[in-house]
Amino acid sequence: MLVLERVKEKLANKAFDWYEHTPRRVYFKMDPKDIKHVANALFKDLGFRFIIATGCDTPEGIEILYHFGYDKAGLIVSGRTLLKDKKKPEIDSIAPLFVGAEWIEREMWELLGINFIGHPNLKHLLLIDEWPKGDYPLRHDLKEGSK
Amino acid sequence: MSKKVIIPIGPYHPLQEEPEFFRLFVEGEKVVDIDIVLGYMHRGIEELAEHKHYDQVAFLVERICGICSNSHPFAYVNAVENIGKMEVPERALYIRTIIAELERLHSHLLWLGLAGHFIGYNTVWMWSWRYREPVLDCFEMITGNRQHYGMMKIGGVRRDIKDEDVPVLKKTLDELVPALDMFKGAVMDDPVIQARLKGVGVLTRKQAIEWCAVGPTARASGVDIDIRRDDPYGAYDKVDWNVIVEKDGDIFSKTVVRILEMYESVGIIRQCLDRMPKGEIDANVKDIPPGEGIGRVEAPRGECFHYVKSDGTNRPLRHKIRAPSYMNVATNKVAAVGQTISDTTITLAAVDPCYCCTERVMVVDKKTNGKIMDGLDLVRLSQEKTEKIKKALKQ
Repeated sequence: MLVLERVKEKLANKAFDWYEHTPRRVYFKMDPKDIKHVANALFKDLGFRFIIATGCDTPEGIEILYHFGYDKAGLIVSGRTLLKDKKKPEIDSIAPLFVGAEWIEREMWELLGINFIGHPNLKHLLLIDEWPKGDYPLRHDLKEGSK
Repeated sequence: MSKKVIIPIGPYHPLQEEPEFFRLFVEGEKVVDIDIVLGYMHRGIEELAEHKHYDQVAFLVERICGICSNSHPFAYVNAVENIGKMEVPERALYIRTIIAELERLHSHLLWLGLAGHFIGYNTVWMWSWRYREPVLDCFEMITGNRQHYGMMKIGGVRRDIKDEDVPVLKKTLDELVPALDMFKGAVMDDPVIQARLKGVGVLTRKQAIEWCAVGPTARASGVDIDIRRDDPYGAYDKVDWNVIVEKDGDIFSKTVVRILEMYESVGIIRQCLDRMPKGEIDANVKDIPPGEGIGRVEAPRGECFHYVKSDGTNRPLRHKIRAPSYMNVATNKVAAVGQTISDTTITLAAVDPCYCCTERVMVVDKKTNGKIMDGLDLVRLSQEKTEKIKKALKQ
């Protein structure tokens, strides 16, 4: 697929471990510090649409998958990054690059406790403002009886 | 001298299945800013899904939304089938498509009625909902339910469409087309509606891209995206149809997109009924292998996205859900600002967030904290503006 070759070329030294699950579902890994560069290249330079980001609590750390879609080819490219420090997970915010990422970063902040550095308006989105600090509903290790 | 006034809209209303709270900041007649507060219906479904087995999750996500109750399970089964790259029997693909398009018909008719009510066209409201009933009857005939059809299943569908149901479906569609012609004429040729909706609540193409808008909201702004064509699922790549795109990004364009899309839906269902092969409707999937999958569906409101991560057990490890309104509601921040108060109800409703909580609206004077208007007043304001345009056009 032509567009995928362009993505691989553009992200040559930032993205690694490419995995093509099906021709339209492609995953790669990246370093947390490169997120702004990757998001900028995909959204601004290559014309991808930001679909959403998935935050996930794993034994190794907090994982974030950034899903970008290229609608002309029906392609979804998902960039995977791992925040190893579970006590204080931090990553640069991509909301200043495009406003469509603002809500999901607020959501991941309150549900998983990820701090998005440089987010313009980091406050509660789904939970009430009085939600107890340090209680993150999607974290697995903080609850009794969870898997 | 203008004084700044705050208007809270929402969060609850019986017609709205996802409560939202809009706080409008108003100077005189003009909306200068808007604050959107979500979370009143946050039920933690992503977390719940991690504690249910794969078959149960289909029923769980069906309950995310009452209007597009088929879109979420459809996207979910697409995601799970993507994990194991599973093949689904062709007849099941056609049945899924028919259900999805029937749903688009009833959802767009519902929106058209509400939009008509907001601008004072109560006849459009009544007629639109009158023609929505036969579509719901079709659902009841095929699935047993008017809403929450329970049709989607990993590897297929739960119920077949019986041969004797096909003529009834076709007859309903034949009777719906003249009604669609009527709505098309009533909206597109009416000078009052044109004057009322053109240039109102504009979302430009650039804004639609930056806010990552999807579905009819994006297509009305000239962004040519439709998951049914771009990333085909179900039987959409086996039938002929067109993606409707308009350029202006105003409420008139959003209305036109939805009305014309209904014709395409009718065409898709007719082709599916004719081309649907006989055979199995279920692949009898037993185990979900470890891995991750992404499923997408073009819901009536836009792209519905599900991501499922499996570790090989009978429960998902992580299930991420993104409904289309999550992206579209945020665009109100640009579409509603700069409008007059009388245009806000229809602007907020134009992205079709299943939203019509305007009866909860209150206009509050910031200085005295006294209530100036409530929701009924705001709908009345909107309807009065239409009346004024009507009178002006008569003279």
